[in-house]
Amino acid sequence: MSTHRYAVNVTPKPGILDPQGRAVEGSLDHLGISGVSGVRVGRRVELTVDAADETAARAIVERLAGELLANPLIEAFAIESIAGASSRTAAPDTAPPATAGERPA
Amino acid sequence: MTVRIGVVVFPGSNCDRDTVHALVQAGAEPVELWHEEASLGGVAAVVLPGGFAYGDYLRAGVIARFSPVMRSVAQFAADGGLVLGICNGFQVLAEAGLVPGALLRNRDVRFLGREVSISAERLDTPFTHALDGAGPLRMPIAHGEGCYFADAATLDALEADGGVLFRYVDEAGNRAAEDDRAANPNGSLRAIAGVINAVGNVAGLMPHPERASEAILGSDDGAGIVRSLVESAAKAVGERRVTVALR
Repeated sequence: MSTHRYAVNVTPKPGILDPQGRAVEGSLDHLGISGVSGVRVGRRVELTVDAADETAARAIVERLAGELLANPLIEAFAIESIAGASSRTAAPDTAPPATAGERPA
Repeated sequence: MTVRIGVVVFPGSNCDRDTVHALVQAGAEPVELWHEEASLGGVAAVVLPGGFAYGDYLRAGVIARFSPVMRSVAQFAADGGLVLGICNGFQVLAEAGLVPGALLRNRDVRFLGREVSISAERLDTPFTHALDGAGPLRMPIAHGEGCYFADAATLDALEADGGVLFRYVDEAGNRAAEDDRAANPNGSLRAIAGVINAVGNVAGLMPHPERASEAILGSDDGAGIVRSLVESAAKAVGERRVTVALR
């Protein structure tokens, strides 16, 4: 068994209306910032996987990302391996707190 | 005999009791189905009510999709059972792939609680047959993620195959433009407020017919949708019984 830590970055697919991104972009004027465009707001999910090896761990994350974390109709995802838990012995309880983007209503 | 119709209760459902009430008004016997139970208790139809199932974490409807009761609902739908999703229930159906499309964050990012007008695009379905088709139906919406989305090919197919069940319309009853913030406040593509699957047994809509099912609520335009479901469910039970008898 080995332990692997990943981040799954979920973003709205190109062409999908992203009203959050548009709202963020619209606020830039208030900061006196210009020249910024193409703002897209997504979601980053970090997780730790215990599996036989890295290939198996990645397969789990792929499935999780495709079936749960992202809706393939509207969202794309990218998986990255992140530092902190690629140790041979599992000790990932120092995982940073999940920052589940709580949405009002 | 009164027909039994299941109302799924997820943690965070908040329209389940309104739905139960509307079903009783329409002459059905509602049966509450707890999300952790896989059994549907032999009901003749299932309603997924509005609310914020599982807090709407991650995406509205997605966590509910993987609950034990939803696996049974998916099987029930695959076997031809009638399933209606209202608001959050529609989001759950879309996430589960039981109806086409997805519900995106409202165009103006705000939660919308207000009355809208919709038209029933078809009156020949189990969910709309009791409507008289006269004029738009007034009923409330209450959602943050109600902007209907599907890719252009899916939208074209929906239009061609009668998959669009309800549309937002303006006061004159004309289809709302996508940028008409008054009539189509969440920005739904092609003003789609509700869809029905290709088989015709699973439908979802963002507006709340159960909240507009009695005149005292300000509108009883939604009662025809609830009544359609109840009548269709009763008919389905009758047909099943006949089938069993013939065997």
